[in-house]
Amino acid sequence: MRKRNLSALILGATLASSGYAATEIQWWHAMGGALGEKLNSIVADYNASQDLYEVKASYKGNYTETMTAAIAAFRAKQQPHLVQVFEVGTASMMSAKGAIYPVHKLMKESGQSFNGDAFLSAVTGYYTDGDGNMLSMPFNSSTPVLYFNKELMAKAGVQAPTTWNEMDMVGKKLQDAGINCGFTTAWQSWVHLENLSARHNAPFATKANGFGGFDTELVFNGPLQVAHVNKMGEWQKNGIFSYSGRTNDGAAKFYSGECAMYTESSAGYSGIKRNAPFEFGVAQLPYWKDQVTEPSNTIIGGASLWALQGKPADDYKGVASFLSYLSRADVQADWHQFSGYLPITKAAFDLTKGQGFYEKNVGTEVAVNQMLTGTPTENTKGLRLGNFVQIRGVIDEALESVWNGDADAQAALDNAVKRGNVLLRKFEKAN
Amino acid sequence: MNVTFPHRALPWLLLLPQLAVTAIFFLWPAEKAVEQAFYQEDAFGLSREFVGLENFIDLLTDPYYYESIVVTLIFSFSVAFLGIAVALALAIMANRVIKAQLFYQTLLIWPYAVAPALAGVIWWIMFDPSIGPVAQWLKFWGIQWNHYLNSTDAMILVVIAATWKQISYNFLFFLAGLQAVPKSLIEAAAIDGASPIKRFWTIVFPLLSPTTFFLLVVNLVYAFFDTFGIIDATTGGGPGQSTKIMVYKVFDDGFIGLDLGSSAAQSVILMGIVGIMTVIQFRFIERKVQY
Repeated sequence: MRKRNLSALILGATLASSGYAATEIQWWHAMGGALGEKLNSIVADYNASQDLYEVKASYKGNYTETMTAAIAAFRAKQQPHLVQVFEVGTASMMSAKGAIYPVHKLMKESGQSFNGDAFLSAVTGYYTDGDGNMLSMPFNSSTPVLYFNKELMAKAGVQAPTTWNEMDMVGKKLQDAGINCGFTTAWQSWVHLENLSARHNAPFATKANGFGGFDTELVFNGPLQVAHVNKMGEWQKNGIFSYSGRTNDGAAKFYSGECAMYTESSAGYSGIKRNAPFEFGVAQLPYWKDQVTEPSNTIIGGASLWALQGKPADDYKGVASFLSYLSRADVQADWHQFSGYLPITKAAFDLTKGQGFYEKNVGTEVAVNQMLTGTPTENTKGLRLGNFVQIRGVIDEALESVWNGDADAQAALDNAVKRGNVLLRKFEKAN
Repeated sequence: MNVTFPHRALPWLLLLPQLAVTAIFFLWPAEKAVEQAFYQEDAFGLSREFVGLENFIDLLTDPYYYESIVVTLIFSFSVAFLGIAVALALAIMANRVIKAQLFYQTLLIWPYAVAPALAGVIWWIMFDPSIGPVAQWLKFWGIQWNHYLNSTDAMILVVIAATWKQISYNFLFFLAGLQAVPKSLIEAAAIDGASPIKRFWTIVFPLLSPTTFFLLVVNLVYAFFDTFGIIDATTGGGPGQSTKIMVYKVFDDGFIGLDLGSSAAQSVILMGIVGIMTVIQFRFIERKVQY
């Protein structure tokens, strides 16, 4: 009798737990530190908002590590439902047709209402296929801007430059005032080649920057890019520019007041706000006024969320529901205001504006306005290049050889184009 | 007298655990790498194409691969030479210390417990051109230090970081070696009027030669294959390709670049190098060096 009671109890418990257990949705991401905490709180809010699904977010290291982990997991058939992939991994993800579940299709097949037009085209353009269908869900997108130390600029009696043409004058005045370094940069390839090209509506690669097919070829060794890199090399020599590594280590030079200006992602805003012991301003990324009359929009960096195939069909309803939640105006606006990443929907942008956020936090709207300059052209929609991570490595090496005087700009960029094209052909062959 | 086993199966049975470990953890992955080296495939493993020797031909016709080999050789021999020289000097001094000998020895062995990546970061911060105390000090003496830009500076930095960690290990072996040198030999030489320097070069150093050669091989292997963490945490192979050693290139092409074919081909070449180094150690050094 006792035994039977016990087994009945166990049976009951099992039934209860299976009856109420929410379907688990795994999400692998690369957001550490404060951003990671914010992400966890968004996930917790979603989980609390309904009881059908439970999203489990796991931090998998930096972008490269997260992507590689997801790929390795896919090969071992242990993949997560959702993975955050940085923008340079887009072409690799896209071409893996048997591995990804395109977001537009996922939303449709899961019966979620989904309107691609609600998103900012400058953001989604990076992640859509030739027919304008969204393949992945933009999550954290940023664009490069110019940060400047207001105190040092005032000391030298200069304004932040709107064009690169002014940089000579601004840099010299800063040096006269005892500030030896004019500016430093983070992510040199992204800011000073990829976005430089977009800002001047110049191609970075043929076939609409790779959107037109895998047989694209790099062309960033044109006169515009060569002139810019050449000038940067000159500035490195006379101290107006100071190179500080391939990632965003340059922040230290900006925080310490060694450099008066810093070109970095708009998502660097929260970090700068926390660490800079001075008043700082944000300006749009400068352009060469002798090259264009009106600058174009810049392209984005950051990451998007890709759904992976191979999970039970019902799970994808949960993925779709979570993605809908993430693109809700209030969730997006909150994330945008906290992190400095761009709002991905018009509604989130309008909501933030309506809340008076931009007036209270001067500078935060600069990146958004810069993104929304004009209508994106095929040169400013984004980049879709295979093996792009390696190509960036090649570009880093080429730029470093210019900064340290080993090579001149033309030779260095020609060589980088040549080496990059080999990598593109390799990608074309493997896919 | 040889022990003979009554059964043929028993020795194999006794060897089985070791053979299983070798097969699962060494032979199987090695075989996979060799196989992969003849294919090109996309990252997700959805399509795969046999390309024969193309991955190898690509590597051997790539001037950047040769550059990586040169960087590896400069790096490895610098680390091995510096590590052995400094450790030997420290061991001689620690061997002569009378008071608190154990204390000094313990301190000198400590760095060995530091993880490679951490060792790299420590030196990275000390030499940081903006905030590093060493860089500031060099600036005071009029030396501009910038490992972000200057290839030589970057190489010096990774060599220092890699050597610092290895000195402890070398130190232990040298200390043990020194303590095994018979005191009577040294005393006899001293009585005959040999100076301390002469005594060292004619008696102590030759007697330490087996230790030195052993350490040379171990240090080269360490610099070749074990310094990945230091490179990754500091220079990431830059500036340019100036600190991209071969092992780091395997990681960079395979893990970051997702080019598994080329990465596997590079691993196979590295496996060959380890094989050659092992043969040299056993065939050449073990015979030539006097014990």
